[in-house]
Amino acid sequence: MPVSVANSQVIYDALKACDVKIISALPETWLVHLIRMADDDPEVTLVRVAKEEEAIGISAGAHLAGVNSALLMQNHGFLAAINPIVSLALLYKIPLLMLISYRGHMGERDPWQTQGGMVTEPLLRALGIPIWHLSGPHDAQRRIKDAQTLAHAALSPVAVLLTRELMWEE
Amino acid sequence: MLRVDALQAIYSEVEDRIVVTIMGAVAAELYALGHRSNFFYLEHAMGLASSMGLGIALAMPRHKVVVIDGDGSLLMNLGTLSTMARYRPGNLVHIVFDNGSLLSVGGFPTATATGTDLAGVARACAIPQVMEEDTPRRLKQAVADALAGETLTTIVSKVEAIGPMSFHMDLPLLENRFQFKRALETLRHQE
Repeated sequence: MPVSVANSQVIYDALKACDVKIISALPETWLVHLIRMADDDPEVTLVRVAKEEEAIGISAGAHLAGVNSALLMQNHGFLAAINPIVSLALLYKIPLLMLISYRGHMGERDPWQTQGGMVTEPLLRALGIPIWHLSGPHDAQRRIKDAQTLAHAALSPVAVLLTRELMWEE
Repeated sequence: MLRVDALQAIYSEVEDRIVVTIMGAVAAELYALGHRSNFFYLEHAMGLASSMGLGIALAMPRHKVVVIDGDGSLLMNLGTLSTMARYRPGNLVHIVFDNGSLLSVGGFPTATATGTDLAGVARACAIPQVMEEDTPRRLKQAVADALAGETLTTIVSKVEAIGPMSFHMDLPLLENRFQFKRALETLRHQE
């Protein structure tokens, strides 16, 4: 499976540098290494959710309890979680660090991913959620840290889009 | 059993605990019994009170967390039972008031009115302790026992589909949110 282990490690190390203690996730191909890293890390609680909506609640609870969290989700998971992003995170001014695998965009071969890929950024923009693209390992740590900093300063969800260039080795 | 009588009965058990409630009648009735800074009323995002409670329970393992849920809310997020059961935090007590109705939006019957058994669903999801308590006295005892123990517990209580005269709460939701976060911070510092 040509998901980049090295770049997954860069992302994981960046989350650790952000003092993330709770990571929610729903299995997805591009996220497999990240999920295994979280599962193997005794300092991190990995919460495997049944649906991404739950993850918004879990991160909101963690924030109110003073613990940093991050969400690993596919962009279709972001689509599934839009109502709680609006009616919990945005309504209650809850910071969320959402790492979203950006399926269905440039280079996508799976037809079933493409519709979600094409609406992801327009929907994030419609919600007023700031977006960072991660396309290489060099600026990943800086961008993830900056995304978390903005989330906490703005009390807002932020989206870090994990692109094919970063996650997939052809 | 009236939900307000049930809340009155358990109030002394939960008043010093971290409490997360759903919106509507539960929130308004608990608020009317006496608001506390350690009470959070989730006024939207139906179904996610239990997920928030799970997040808090995992983040603050030394503190007890009480979620007050309802049948309509739980039915919107049944997966929460499987996720809670998977991590089974022993500091989480999940109370479900089941009135078989979406009371605050017109009283339309929920699936529990036509046979869905939420306690059965909770058991099938592997929640380690599931109880059904339909009198205020028994519910109070069950909540006290669950708070004294270290086992993730779901308590389903059938209540009548009767709500308060008014759903008004003199508490802007952001005030509640910031006040609640401060209260949890204070609790953490007492560790």
